[in-house]
Amino acid sequence: MTAIEEINLTVNGERSTHRVPVRMNLVDFLRNELGLTGSHVGCEHGVCGACTVEVNGACVRGCLMLAVQADGLEVTTIEGLTASGRAGALQAAFHRRNSLQCGFCTPGMLASALEYCERGGAADRAAIREHIAGNYCRCTGYQSIVDAIYEVIAAEEAQ
Amino acid sequence: MTGPLSIFDRPNAYIGKSVPRPDAARLLVGRGQFVDDQQLPRMVHAAFVRSPHAHARIVSIDGAQAATMQGVVAVYDGSDMADHCEPWVGTLTHMQGLRSPPQYPLALDVVRWQGEPVAMVVATSRALAEDACGLIDVDYELLPEACNVEAALDRDAAVIHPEFGNNLAWERIVDSGDVDAAFARNDVTIVERTFRFNRHTGVTLEPRSSVVDFNPADETMTYWYAGQAPHMMQAILSKHLGLAEENIRLIANDVGGSFGIKIHTYGDDIATAVAARILARPVKFIADRNESFLTDIHARDHRIHGRMAVARDGEIAALEIDDLTGIGPYSMYPRTSAIECNQVLNLTGAPYAIQNYRARGQVVFQNKNLMSQYRAVGHPVAMAVAEGLLEDAALAIGLGSVDIRKRNLIRDDAYPVTSAAGMKFDDLSHCRTLDKLLDIMGHDVLREEHAKLRSSGIHRGIGIASIVEVTNPSPLFYGVGGASIAAQDGATVRLDAAGAIHVSASITEQGQGTNTIIAQIAADMFGVEIDRVKVTTGDTAHVPYGGGTWASRGAGIGGEAVLQAATALRGQVLEVAGTILQCAPDRLDILSGSIVDVKTAAQRMTLRELGRIVYFRGNELPPDVKPELIATRHYRVTDFPFVFTNGAMAAEVELDPETGFVKLLGFWVVEDCGRVINPQLVDEQIRGGVVQGIGGAFYEECIYSSNGQLLNASMADYLVPMAAEMPDIVVAHVETPTKTSVLGAKGAGEAGTGGAPAALLNAVNDALRAFDTSISEMPMTPERLLKALGVV
Repeated sequence: MTAIEEINLTVNGERSTHRVPVRMNLVDFLRNELGLTGSHVGCEHGVCGACTVEVNGACVRGCLMLAVQADGLEVTTIEGLTASGRAGALQAAFHRRNSLQCGFCTPGMLASALEYCERGGAADRAAIREHIAGNYCRCTGYQSIVDAIYEVIAAEEAQ
Repeated sequence: MTGPLSIFDRPNAYIGKSVPRPDAARLLVGRGQFVDDQQLPRMVHAAFVRSPHAHARIVSIDGAQAATMQGVVAVYDGSDMADHCEPWVGTLTHMQGLRSPPQYPLALDVVRWQGEPVAMVVATSRALAEDACGLIDVDYELLPEACNVEAALDRDAAVIHPEFGNNLAWERIVDSGDVDAAFARNDVTIVERTFRFNRHTGVTLEPRSSVVDFNPADETMTYWYAGQAPHMMQAILSKHLGLAEENIRLIANDVGGSFGIKIHTYGDDIATAVAARILARPVKFIADRNESFLTDIHARDHRIHGRMAVARDGEIAALEIDDLTGIGPYSMYPRTSAIECNQVLNLTGAPYAIQNYRARGQVVFQNKNLMSQYRAVGHPVAMAVAEGLLEDAALAIGLGSVDIRKRNLIRDDAYPVTSAAGMKFDDLSHCRTLDKLLDIMGHDVLREEHAKLRSSGIHRGIGIASIVEVTNPSPLFYGVGGASIAAQDGATVRLDAAGAIHVSASITEQGQGTNTIIAQIAADMFGVEIDRVKVTTGDTAHVPYGGGTWASRGAGIGGEAVLQAATALRGQVLEVAGTILQCAPDRLDILSGSIVDVKTAAQRMTLRELGRIVYFRGNELPPDVKPELIATRHYRVTDFPFVFTNGAMAAEVELDPETGFVKLLGFWVVEDCGRVINPQLVDEQIRGGVVQGIGGAFYEECIYSSNGQLLNASMADYLVPMAAEMPDIVVAHVETPTKTSVLGAKGAGEAGTGGAPAALLNAVNDALRAFDTSISEMPMTPERLLKALGVV
């Protein structure tokens, strides 16, 4: 029914080889083949941002990239961002500020927020709002998320 | 209790504090347990063939080719499903006259909305199941549609269920006081307006999800459930699949948003359970986003004509509304699709002292997706109609927006009060919340600023709304009508051998922080640190029987059950401690995990030591002492049908008259939800709710073609509130605890969604006033605003 290809990639620092249907998207591969269920599937057409992961250091929509396109690349999911501690300050701020309710958008939201922080984004509420405007959250109304990101950047700037 | 302090002033005081959610830590590191995360041995995947037509007869279904495809396990059509599942009917006896025909998991003979499931494929992967769906050939004969609500009752309208003779599902009339006489008074001014509230939907980020397993060896079914009411679903599965209720286990771990969407009975979910039973293996169904838009219940779809008569001093002499609402081809099971209309009739004008009130509601069938309860059922419609008319009235008689409200709001010292629609109100604070609102928003300064800006071509507006919210429903909401929906909730609190307590409760968590407030209340009432409290919810095998979390009932009803159970366990533990320590139990207390002297707070023994004696060394206890270190209590509201919350809200907007774009500059809420258990969680419920209200007011609309095709069934085309456009929202509280419980908590989950559209409508119309025009339709899109402005 569908072609199979072999891919070699590094996910959260672990190298591995897999045979995957060429039509399988990256987030389905991460969730269903590798058991990395922290990345979520919300719309499957690149709008909601729930499947946002890092590929070679850049945020991508896991539903808009095929697993075979990740051949030879490095993928980092929420599980990897947690293990390395890179997302630690944001995770703590999100927790303090209750910047999540159901938690379904959270891994993707954190990936986008981390991209903003690591690229030297300013402690500017409007700019933060603009940056996370590709991540849909139905629960919070976003204010608490903006607060948490702002707090992390402001704390870093104060040091 | 001793001393002048209340039980809420005990040293382990967590009630009233912004305790961070313990379970958020798991979600933040990607360790949530959503239904789609379940991977079970031998699990197979379901996909559905759905009707492309709004109304058609199924001539034939040919699934032969699909059935032979490698990887396909089974193909079912409507009659296959009907052989294994009794149909359901979405009526309740207390909604007198409501009618709806039997509904099956998959369509039988006739499809009645675009997206209705017609055939099901079960395969070894979702992708293969979808491939096989593409091979199923369904031959349809088109039937005339009845899509437009306003034409559905016309004599020449297509009748969706011929056995009913017309498309009317339900009608209700409220007539209180002497409305005609009030409108005929020669000292009143009459304003009237037709409002339209178009369809929108919940767009939970986690789609509807089911994983169901069936073990024929012991006839047990396990259903991993993304919903709000596990025991309700257990009863439904039992009734329609013919399984013993006790053999069905519902497990709701993490739920990725629900907002009412996931509380209903959907054919594809039931078909998943039927397939699991037939196949005796786990079946997974996860709706994709297109399926979500086509089949998750839609909300609103009301056209309301309203009239209000006001005297010269601003007194509301009479209010009359006529509501027409479209619910799709069936009334949703088991809560019905008439509740929203019923709420509109019950709640329009509810904050105000109105003697003369008449309302008619007509609920009609149409060939669109089903409409039913979504967050703030009926409230945004009821509030916007009353607040919109009130603003028209103020303008007509030359009174200010604030003055006309103050003239008519039910006074804070007037309670208990029964409204013209028969609602019983107590412990509300409309006047104090409005005063506080005006204060925190700097109302008068803003008005002056707007007047100045208007002369320089900047068009800003302020809108105010006073609201009520139905919370803590009693058995009179659903149970009285014959639904297997519990109105009471239970909690069990148990002390373990290490001195920790375990709470299992029948209310459920969908992100509100249910588990957190359960822990706060239990820690507080029993006397341990909150990290020594472990909470279980969502699993019918492990929690007491209860309703779950919906209608803003979790904290008020489930929280009170926890309070009562933890208090009871505290008494039982002190009895045992008294025996061990040979002193009267009333001389002892439990503080921070230890038995202490009630007066000096000196430690007498730890709970761990008490647990060790009771569980391991019972020989040290007298033979007649039989300790029970577990207590269960249940709670239901008995004095009132509902416990109402009230609030006041204001919006500030800026309108660009050339583009029709509206910028949200500010939003303020003052809420009275009684005792606030966790201020941060309550404020975030309100903010999230307001933003959903903003969605309905400005962005969200299920746009149908005239022949019932949903034209924007993707997230790229259906607009939801995103971060860049949302304002920061200021939230404040007035706390009037409800006398119906010790805890005193009322609900807070829906007020924002219920009230925001009213405030936003008034704010936009305030900005439009300079152009001598107004808008009465939601969402208030740029196109509709430009039409109101006469630009297009």
